[in-house]
Amino acid sequence: MKKTESRPKDLLGLEYLTKAQIEEILNQAKPMKQLFTRSVKKVPALRGKTVALVFFEPSTRTRISFELAAKRLSADTISIAASTSSVQKGESLIDTVKNLEAMNVDYLILRHSSSGAANLISGEVKAHVVNAGDGAHEHPTQGLLDAFTIFDKKGRFDGLKVVILGDIAHSRVARSNMWALTKLGAHVVVCAPPTLIPPGLPDIFEGKVTVSNKVDEALEGADVINVLRLQLERQKENLMPSIREYTELYGLNLSRLALAKRDCIVLHPGPMNRGVEITSEVADSHQSVILNQVTNGIAVRMSVLYWLAGNPSLSHSSHVEELSRMETGQ
Amino acid sequence: MMSPFKHPHVGKLLIKNGRVIDPSQNLDKEASVLIENGLIHSVGTHLNCPPNTPSVDAEGKVVAPGLVDIHVHLREPGGEAKETIATGTRAAAAGGVTSLISMPNTQPPMDNISDIQFVVARAAQDGMARVYPTGTITKGREGHELSEIGAMVRVGCVAITDDGDGVLNAQLFRRALEYSRCFNLIVMEHCEDIHLKGNGVMNDGPMATRLGLAGIPRQAEYSMVARNVALAELTGGRLHLTHMSVKESVEIIRRAKEKGISVTADVTPHHLTLTEDVVQEYKANAKVNPPLRTAEDVKALRQALKEGVIDCVATDHAPHTQSEKSQEFNAAPFGIIGLETALPLLITELVKTGFMSLPDLLLRMTATPARLFNLPAGTLKTGANADIVIFDPDSKRTFTHFASRSQNSPFLGWPLFGTVERTLVGGQTVFERSASPVKPHPSPL
Repeated sequence: MKKTESRPKDLLGLEYLTKAQIEEILNQAKPMKQLFTRSVKKVPALRGKTVALVFFEPSTRTRISFELAAKRLSADTISIAASTSSVQKGESLIDTVKNLEAMNVDYLILRHSSSGAANLISGEVKAHVVNAGDGAHEHPTQGLLDAFTIFDKKGRFDGLKVVILGDIAHSRVARSNMWALTKLGAHVVVCAPPTLIPPGLPDIFEGKVTVSNKVDEALEGADVINVLRLQLERQKENLMPSIREYTELYGLNLSRLALAKRDCIVLHPGPMNRGVEITSEVADSHQSVILNQVTNGIAVRMSVLYWLAGNPSLSHSSHVEELSRMETGQ
Repeated sequence: MMSPFKHPHVGKLLIKNGRVIDPSQNLDKEASVLIENGLIHSVGTHLNCPPNTPSVDAEGKVVAPGLVDIHVHLREPGGEAKETIATGTRAAAAGGVTSLISMPNTQPPMDNISDIQFVVARAAQDGMARVYPTGTITKGREGHELSEIGAMVRVGCVAITDDGDGVLNAQLFRRALEYSRCFNLIVMEHCEDIHLKGNGVMNDGPMATRLGLAGIPRQAEYSMVARNVALAELTGGRLHLTHMSVKESVEIIRRAKEKGISVTADVTPHHLTLTEDVVQEYKANAKVNPPLRTAEDVKALRQALKEGVIDCVATDHAPHTQSEKSQEFNAAPFGIIGLETALPLLITELVKTGFMSLPDLLLRMTATPARLFNLPAGTLKTGANADIVIFDPDSKRTFTHFASRSQNSPFLGWPLFGTVERTLVGGQTVFERSASPVKPHPSPL
């Protein structure tokens, strides 16, 4: 089996990938998604591989999505949640993952509340590390699945205006989205009160990200709105006077949505606070692609696992059959 | 190596043929130094001593007063896994530091006579360098009530500080500055507004945004520098601002000095040489408080040190164990060790680059800090303690391991000029790089 260009061992963040690498993963997610329409949704591509899901933060959606992705590639999965792990007994993160490595796992999918946690273990283990969200740093598979969903609906990135609405400062989803979308050619506008915008964004993204504090201005002419979940405890840190006021000033409702383009799509990484950052009317509207994101998430994560193993890229639907026949990729 | 305190040096020792640099006397020449019974006897080119005088050949090396480091965390009692008085002073000796001021943020904090006496006694027992303890400004280092400052001074406390934290309450800090005037005692202050710092772990700005780490704004430091200078002006107390990290602090200090306010300041070797960029890999050895800042700050701090606006270098040697420092960046403690790298690092970065002369650098690491804190150190004048460092400014060495009990240095693996060859305290060798023993001097000079 011929390998294509060299791949990174790990997926720590989208900052570290090139545009071509991101496109490769997105393209390859298409045949993966086609599998879901078949009665047997499973291919043997990662048979015999073990995927450990190590979640130090509660998560349902991301964990299940990774688990399904691994299982549909025929990998075995184990799942470790912080509440049941040795971390409660004071074991360090590095010791925990080294123990898992000693059990010969091939992938470590890590969710952690500290920024840089995945980077920290990356050099400590031979297994592929996939960052499933680290603090306020990155959530690369979320960024990829959002990009996949946008491309699926829009057919392009160039010239798109994507608004990310919500707590940018504390959001790993926002960071991964900004890296992916600006590399792929879209323009990103982040919108929130100044207390929820971190410093330096226009510089970091070389002008491809602009900052707005006025929601009406930001939404005007938008092609895509990605609404972030508001962590309700931010109010206690005086980042806003009240949740009610946040909803009033920055919540996405139908009249605000009308400022965007008529075919604007609405994303949300979930779980939603209905009636806080997004109204039910918007979340359930025909412009909402929130459930598509969930489906696409599995395909994108399959693509990531497959890609990290160094397999040749699959970019055409005809490759589904090839994929079905495939044994473990080395 | 023998303890210079349990086994005081007796007799004569000649350090010959070195380049003797003693900024306290404006001295920089090829000369020999004669030590007698632990004290400097004389410095000169034609010293009169008997033919069998033991000697150390310092040809091609620099012979200077032992370094004085006014900000060191020895961690004992309470943090012995990180460092002890024994291991910390061995690290000092290996770095050419012969006198150091120890910080009182131990467990429990040093806020009373017996804690100070403990450090003094322990240093006399286990020390390889002279240790001068500080006491806390407030009882329990809690920021509410003044410690018994006078009592601590009586048993050897040389300054007071709540280092690790600043004193948030302005009225209390005012009282500390006022009261300390009884003893002409320096109040050393860690300038940080903890509310503004919040849960920050690195410099605030684009790099923190990129890494998703909470930032510590520069204003958290310089707003407190400004407040503390105002209180020094109000009280006439002796204020020393430690580990300055931002250019705005430098400007406030410059103006305060011009106004004649009694304020002095120090800067660490790491703030003079590193920027926040080294945090990029989430390596906790670059996690330090105050955080590493920007290239502009480094430039301003270097200039301030050169001009004397910042008076001296202090390492803020802050040991932490490997396991503490190999945690997630957020969870790892703040701190960098510095005793062994300070001199080589600054020779490499400031002297070899032509930014400042070696005597100017040594002034800020010997005579000046000794003068500020009134320590019997930092000079090779006749009658002074024979505390000496001999180093080779031109030999390069890569740091792979430290004598300190902890190894939390961002300079591991850095090739640096300025190898410390030998350190003497009271004429007794407390560190020697090569195994070559002290040989008898073969013939008269």
